Parts: sequence; structure tokens; C-alpha cells
Amino acid sequence: MTTTLPSYDEVVERYEPVIGLETHVELGTRTKMFCGCPTDFGGAPNTRVCPVCLGLPGSLPAANAAAVEATIRIGLALNCSIASWCRFARKNYFYPDIPKNFQISQDDEPLCFDGYLDVDVEGEVVRVGIERVHLEEDTGKTLHVGGAAGRIHGATESLVDYNRAGIPLVEIVTKPVVGTGALAPAVARAYVTELRDVIRSLGVSDVRMEEGSLRCDVNTSLMPVGAEQWGTRTETKNVNSLRSVERAVRSEMLRQATVLDVGGKIIQETRHFHEDTGDTTSGRSKEEATDYRYFPDPDLGPIAPDPAWVAELKESLPELPRLRRKRLQQAWELSDFDMQSIVNAGALDLIEQTVAAGATPAAARKWWLGELSRRANEAGIELADVGATPGQVAELQSLVEAGKLSDKLARVVLEGVLNGEGSPTQVMTARGLEVVSDVGALTAAVDEAIAANPDIVESIRSGRLAAAGALVGAVMKSTRGQADAKAVRELILSRLGVEG
Amino acid sequence: MAAISREEVAHLARLSRIAVTEEELEMLADQLDVILQAVARIGEVDVADIPPTSHAVPMNNVLREDVVTPCLTPAEALAGAPDVEDDRFRVPRILQEEV
Amino acid sequence: MADLTKMTAVEVAALVASGEASAVEVTQAHLDRIAAVEDRVHAFLHVDAEGAIEAARAVDSQRAAGDQLGLLAGVPVAVKDSFATRGLPTTCGSRMLEGWRPPYDATIVDRLRAAGMVLIGKTNMDEFAMGSSTEFSAFGPTYNPWDLNRSPGGSGGGSAAALAAYEAPLAIGSDTGGSVRQPGAVTGTVGAKPTYGGISRYGLVAFSSSLDTPGPAARTVLDTALLHAAIGGHDPRDSTSIPSALPPLVEAARQGAGGDLSGVRLGLVTEFDSDGIEPGVRSAFREAVDALVKLGAEVVEISCPHFPHALPAYYLIAPAEASSNLARLDGVRFGLRVGDDGSRSMEEVMSLTRDAGFGPEVKRRILLGTYALSSGRYDAYYGHAQKIRTLIMRDFASAFEQADVLLSPTTPSVAFPLGARTEDPQQMHLADLFTVPTNLYGGPAISVPCGLSEGLPVGLQVMAPTMADDRMYRVAAAVEAAVGPLNPPAL
Ligand SMILES: [Mg+2]
Ligand SMILES: [Zn+2]
Repeated sequence: MTTTLPSYDEVVERYEPVIGLETHVELGTRTKMFCGCPTDFGGAPNTRVCPVCLGLPGSLPAANAAAVEATIRIGLALNCSIASWCRFARKNYFYPDIPKNFQISQDDEPLCFDGYLDVDVEGEVVRVGIERVHLEEDTGKTLHVGGAAGRIHGATESLVDYNRAGIPLVEIVTKPVVGTGALAPAVARAYVTELRDVIRSLGVSDVRMEEGSLRCDVNTSLMPVGAEQWGTRTETKNVNSLRSVERAVRSEMLRQATVLDVGGKIIQETRHFHEDTGDTTSGRSKEEATDYRYFPDPDLGPIAPDPAWVAELKESLPELPRLRRKRLQQAWELSDFDMQSIVNAGALDLIEQTVAAGATPAAARKWWLGELSRRANEAGIELADVGATPGQVAELQSLVEAGKLSDKLARVVLEGVLNGEGSPTQVMTARGLEVVSDVGALTAAVDEAIAANPDIVESIRSGRLAAAGALVGAVMKSTRGQADAKAVRELILSRLGVEG
Repeated sequence: MAAISREEVAHLARLSRIAVTEEELEMLADQLDVILQAVARIGEVDVADIPPTSHAVPMNNVLREDVVTPCLTPAEALAGAPDVEDDRFRVPRILQEEV
Repeated sequence: MADLTKMTAVEVAALVASGEASAVEVTQAHLDRIAAVEDRVHAFLHVDAEGAIEAARAVDSQRAAGDQLGLLAGVPVAVKDSFATRGLPTTCGSRMLEGWRPPYDATIVDRLRAAGMVLIGKTNMDEFAMGSSTEFSAFGPTYNPWDLNRSPGGSGGGSAAALAAYEAPLAIGSDTGGSVRQPGAVTGTVGAKPTYGGISRYGLVAFSSSLDTPGPAARTVLDTALLHAAIGGHDPRDSTSIPSALPPLVEAARQGAGGDLSGVRLGLVTEFDSDGIEPGVRSAFREAVDALVKLGAEVVEISCPHFPHALPAYYLIAPAEASSNLARLDGVRFGLRVGDDGSRSMEEVMSLTRDAGFGPEVKRRILLGTYALSSGRYDAYYGHAQKIRTLIMRDFASAFEQADVLLSPTTPSVAFPLGARTEDPQQMHLADLFTVPTNLYGGPAISVPCGLSEGLPVGLQVMAPTMADDRMYRVAAAVEAAVGPLNPPAL
């Protein structure tokens, strides 16, 4: 069968997308949600388990206070209302990665509800409604053996490790996002990015998509432009990077439009996103509709956060990323584009700290987005791990501004700092890189160059001031680059009695 | 009229992952029917405005400090397992996608 | 020396403390008794002779070293097989858990070990505590020492029979709808269901989490109170455990034994006065109440209009929670696995395992509970039952404004013959008619022997307000003092 795929522009001309996002965030508490096992990433299989998180008969859950607090803080940062009273509920389904064959979660009584998150997309502010934020427990990890590339299809057996089982998981569900049109994929990405930054700013999770501590499911549906009734939605799973969030929505929009265009019907189903092709494929349909048989967990009492405590938590929230960005952008007098580059490079904190240590915003930005970004990229590491601290960068810049280092020498000093040779001042002194500012020594070098190059001198005197460059070069060479080129040039011209 | 059909019982058995035989199904359907007719009597009680009780002795905010406690050793964790491979619990191939 | 197995726990502990008998002698005497009668009683699923002797030795060396001994040090105790015991089989009477040895101890097991009690073995029970006769054990029934053709009640028939057969002076059970009290009643022993949250459930294999209560049992009220005090109290591993201290249980039992009940108001629930009560049970109960009146108590008739709905509400709430609790029995991490022949999928193996591993009563209840929770039925079944539960709690609250305790026969009948009710689930459920309401309420209740009917024991149930377990022991001890102990026939 051959079908002509519509272009993305055609799709958004005819259809209005409605998207929704369900995000799971693993909290960075010391211990699991309902037992005292540690939560550290990695570890040999089944070494971080106990009767509770293995679901052994007789064991009972005991809820982690720190996880409850972290969830409320996330809810507050997302402008949610906090439940005055709510319960944990059991979500019943059989799967080998879920030790009790039910997940302790929350049903119709989430800890936080009815909030929003503003995101900036191509100069517009889009307010994404938050339906609910609730607390639950993570599953174990299943290794599928015998099939292709560890996939479940074709596997002959599976091996389960419960180290991850029971790690506190916060589920954040948006309200349907309507009316974003062609921007829908970008909105989805911007939302997850902003959500990640908010949670990171709270310090409650390391929110690393690549390690799975932030996981995202994307719901997408299309309706004809002008229609009132939303279309059937699909739920795309396995969306493991910010880029994939955007691609998954876009690809699902294209696929659904192709089906709808020929009068087909969208099936409500789970689809899997494939990083390599950028496509989604249908998950194997279940033999029967799932019935989770939620009911309040009798093993755990209700949570009723004290309103005064909630008010205190709200009061003590850090400045949220979007507001902070706005403030810094204004203070640093940057365009939206420049600010975005800083954020994309992961340089915001570093530049802010460098400025705090005394550098000008422009200089701080130049170092971090220039030389240091280049080195980080080369090494394939995060900018923050590049090996220089904001304090060192500010110090380096102050040496430049004091005339002790030229730009070129400053880069050499930076090299030394990155090699662990000490502070910029220490490196400069140890390597003898300080700019020659002794007028006597410099004059001698200039006079030497003048004496050695009579032709050039003649040329300068006859008005070709550009020829002075050759003499500057000679002086720089004889001072091993440690002279300030500008000062050398001025000195040459004044020795020759020529007005510069 | 029967309170529950044979098909419904078969559905319940699938939901609860019990591979009942045809014979069992027949018997269970009859027995469940009798029990359900008996318990359905509570439907006659007017419970409008009555809140449900989920906990006999309600206590709010029973929470644990975030402090690490000892784990089992892998040997202890795996000792009771029907099948183990590479320190993991081995299960036969899974048909259903992860939920 | 007198027969060590015929003594109360208090007497045995005193002999051990004074050195007149060693803990090892006490333990050996009980092991010998077990060896002599167990083929007829089948109270135990597992006897840990080696571990028991070792624990007894430890008590003896503590005493030799001059250490302070616990009040029940050196006293053997039988533990229902629904409690996790580290390294010891814990089957819950099910093929599903045959051979499983938990890597941890239940809190009550921790505590009885710490108190120097000697865990002598694990007792028989209806599979996963679902039943009222111990006939639903996958490992065969337990026989009532009073009449070996009759059931010792259930689900904790093993623990009760072990007491009645003098195989242990102390036992622990778990009571979800009467599983400690009803076996106590039909074996002429004492069994208590404490206030929910008064004894930790950590390590008790869950049947119905909001109803399950570990319970102490013995041949006397004082022994029961002592055991309760030793294993009870707050446990942070059980989030439903009550953080306050236990009331003075042992003092209350001693006070009640003094025989003065002046001013105590005894409530009789009119809704319990049904034709279903056997005449012999009714008269034994009446005589005991009269005896209490002679001790100064007053009798008040009280209506609890919602009690007739307790049993149906229970048969929705308990199976619903059980259907979820028993989901973990899937043959992945522990226990039985069936049908894993390399060709079958995980789903098939799981379903075959659960079909082979669970008995008919457990399957019935799992399916019933799944039904009660299922989409579209929750409100009419589980949700509705939880509202009935509220009404029953209100009945209790108002009853305890009019009376200090409520009294009833523990069961409508004496021990029934084995096989009499296994084919009729409804008949079987009737055994719990009087015990189920307190589980829904959460307050304490105890069964204490109050006489015989046609040579078989009758139990009287004392129900008290939540956290007033001391009041329950006081009245039960007065009943015991007034009626006198029932001596089970020699086997
Ligand atoms: Mg979830
Ligand atoms: Zn754990």
C-alpha cells in the first residue's frame, strides 16, 4: 500500500493537536519510599533489597517523610493546591517487575493538584495546566534475554533485579494542552525541559533522562481544525530525551493525520517511540482492558499535611528557573537568543557565579561559552565538569583587565589551571607568563627592533603606519610574547616620533 | 437470576491470574453466585451521607525518617526463588508489554 | 515433680526463674508431649525441636549468669504458621509457600525470642487464614482434643488445639474475623483479639490488612494477658501500630481474678439473640452472665441495629483486601512455581502456579474480592461495605456509652464434626457471626471458657472499647474465676 505522507505544514493546517504529558521523576531521597534500602543508582543486582521492597509475605510499608516533603515542594513549585487529607491507594496488576503485584500509588486523592507551569516557546508564554502530582513507588528492572537488543519481543526469558523497586517516584500529569497548533511538539519539549529545571532547582532529584530518573509518556490526539470533540488519543512511551519528546509528538501527529486523512480510526493504545527511526510503533494490545481495582491502601494511614508547614515550605521555595532567567537576562542586558544559548550550554549557574566573583557578565559569558565550552565539547563532558571554577575564571579575567595577561596568555594560563597547576595567578607566576610591563626592558627591545629593521622604519616614517605590525611582531618574539602588543606599538611609534 | 455469569467468573479468574479449569469454573460460578446473593443484602442498607471506613484506628501522617537500614544479602534475597540466573530472579518470556 | 505440661505459663516461668526446673526440662517435656499426641491432634505443621532446645539452653545460661529473666522466660510458645520466622518454614497452610523459609522474623517473633520464650513450632491453620475449621489447610486438618472427630475451629485451630492438648502453654494466632477467639471457644482455651494496632502485624502474612490482628492465646486469662504484654506495643515497621503504651493488662487480669465486678455494666446485644444459637451454648452463656451479676455487675440490653450486616460486609472487605494481598504469591521471588517447561510464557506459568497453589476456599475469596473491587462494582460492593463498617463502628460507640463491655457467646455452636461444613461455605461462615463485628470495629475482644454443652466447651466473648484491652481482661478473668477452668480430657 502506498500512501502519500502529508507534510507537517499540511497536518497542522487541517488538524488541531491536543497533547498531554505524564512525567515520572525518581526522588533523590536517601532511602526508598516504603523501606530503608538505599536508593543509589547502579549496584550489583538484588543488593539493595529487603523483605519490604521484595514484597515478601508479611512485610509492611512505612512511608518516607522526606519523599512526602519533596512531593509537596514540587507541587508548590508547580502552583498546585496541596491536599488537606489524602491516602495512598493500591494499583493492582500483575507484572514480574512489581514485587507485590500491586503498586502503592495514589488514585483520586493526589497529594497535589490543579497547578500550572509557564513555559517560553518561540517568544510566547504557554501556560501548561497541571492536573495532579502524586507519590508512588518505582518498579524493578527487567532484563530480557534471548531476543534482539534486550527487547521484550522474541526474548526467551527475563531476569529481574529489584534494586530500583520501591524508589520514590513522583508522577506529574498535565491537563490537556490545547490550541498550540504547529508549536505542539516544541511546547511538549519546552514543558519537560522547564519541569526538569524546576525540579533540579528544588534539589529533590537529579532528573537525568538518560539514567531514567526522569521518564516521560506523551499523549497525542488530533481533531479537525474547528472541531469541538477531541480525537482519540494514543500514549507514547519510551521517550527518553528532550529531543525525543519533540520528535515523538511530531511523528505521532504525522502518523495520526495519515490515518485520519483516509478516513481511518485512531485506536486508543500504547505506542513505543524508537530513538533510531524517530517513529512510534504499536505496543502489543492487551487481551483485555486493564482493571487496576484501586482501593485505599489499608497498610498506610492518610497524609494530612499541616497547612502551616505547607505555607513554610512554600515560603522557602528557591527562586524558580524561569523567573531567575528573566531577572538575569535583564541584569546582563542580553537578547532572548543570547540567553537561550547560555541556558542550552548549561552555563547559567557558572556565569552567575563568575559574575558574583567579580567578572563582568560579558567577560564571564565569553569565557564559558567560548574557550571553556569548546574544551567541554572536545572532551565530551558537561561544562560544569570542565575543571575550572567560576572563581578561577573571574580571577583570570581580572588579570587580563589589570593588563597582566594578554588574551592569548590568558588562554595559556587557563590551560595550566585545567591541568591542576593552581590558581590563575599561581600558574602565571610559575610559568613566568606575566606581561612585560617594565618600560626600561621594553624600550630596549623596541630600540633593538628599530635598529635591526631600517627598511621597515623607513616605511613607517613615510606614513605607512601598518608596517609597524612587523616591528611589534619582532618585539613580541624577543619578549616571548609577554609584552602587551598595544603598548609595544605605541612605544615604537613614539620612539620613531610618528603620530599613531 | 444468577448474580454472576460464568463468563464474568472467567474474567475474574484472568484478572487474578488463576488458570481455572472448566470444571472449577462451573463450581466456582455456582458458589460465588450463592455468596454474592447473600452479601448483596447490604445493598438494602441506606448509606447515603455515611463516610466509608478504610482504617479501623485512623492515624494521620505516620511517616518514617529517611534513614538507611540494612538490606538482605543477595543470597538471602534469592534463597527462596524458584529460579535464579546471574543474581536475578528468572522468569519465563513475558508476553505483555510493561505497564 | 508435677507434670510440667499441665502447668500454666506463670507456674512454669516461676519454676524456671527459681531454678526448680530448667528451661531445657520444660521444653523437653513439651516436645515429649508433642511426640506422644501429635499423630492424633496434628496441631503443628513444623516442630522445631532443635531450635527450641537451643533457645531453652540460652535461657538456662542467662539464669546461671545471674541475668534478669523475662516474665515468661523458658516458657514454650506455639506460633501460627502465618507469622514469618527466620529460617523456619512459614507456609500459611498453603502449597503455595511449601518449603519457603523467610529471611526475617515477624516483630512478635522478635519480641518473644527477646523475652526468652521458646518457640517450639509452627501451628496448623486454614490456608491463608481463610476458614473456620482448619480443614482448609493444605496439609490436613487439626483434630479437636476434646473430640478427635470434631474440628478445633479456625483458622487458628492448630494453636488452640496445641493448648488444649497440652503441647504448649502459650500460643499465638491471628484474628481477622474470629480466628483466635472461635478456636479458643471450641477447644476450651482462651484467645484474644487485641485492639487493632495494639500488636504489630509486621511479619504476619496479610489476609485482610485492615482487619488482621495478631492475638495471644493460652489456657488461662492471666497467661494470655502476660503474652499480650510481652509481644504488644508500638512497632514503627507497622504504620497502623498505635504509638501509645499498652494499658495495664496483667494488673487488670489479676484484679478481675479477685472476683469483684461492682458497678461494671455488661451489655448484651439484642441482635445477637438469634435462633441460631444452640440451646446448650445459650444456657452456658446465661449461667456465666448470672455468675458475673453475683460478682456485682449489672446487665444492660443494648441494640446494635447494624450488626446483622457485619457478616456480609466482612465477606466483601476481607476478600477484597485478600485478593490484593495474595497477588504477590506468583512464583517469581519465593514459593511454588508450576508449568515452567520452557514453552510457556510468564503469564501462563503464573496462572498455572496460582491455580495449583491455592485451595478452593482461597480461590473463591480471591475471585469474590476481585469482583468487589472491579471497575463499576466498587461502589456497590467494597465501597458500600466500608460504609456499613462505619455504621457498625457507630453502633459500638453508642453501645459503649451504655455499657463498659459487651458480652456474647463466642460462637453460636460448639465444635462441629469434621467435614460437616466444608461443602457449604455459608454454614462455615456462620461460625464467625459473633466475632466479626469487633474486627470491623477495631476494638479488643476475648473468648474465655464459660462451661460445657454436651461435654464440649462453650466460649464467652468479652468485647471492650478500642484501647480498653485491660477492661476486657478484667471481665474475662472474673468469668474464669466464677466458672473455673475446663479441663480437657486426657488424650
Ligand atoms: Mg504512575
Ligand atoms: Zn527495601
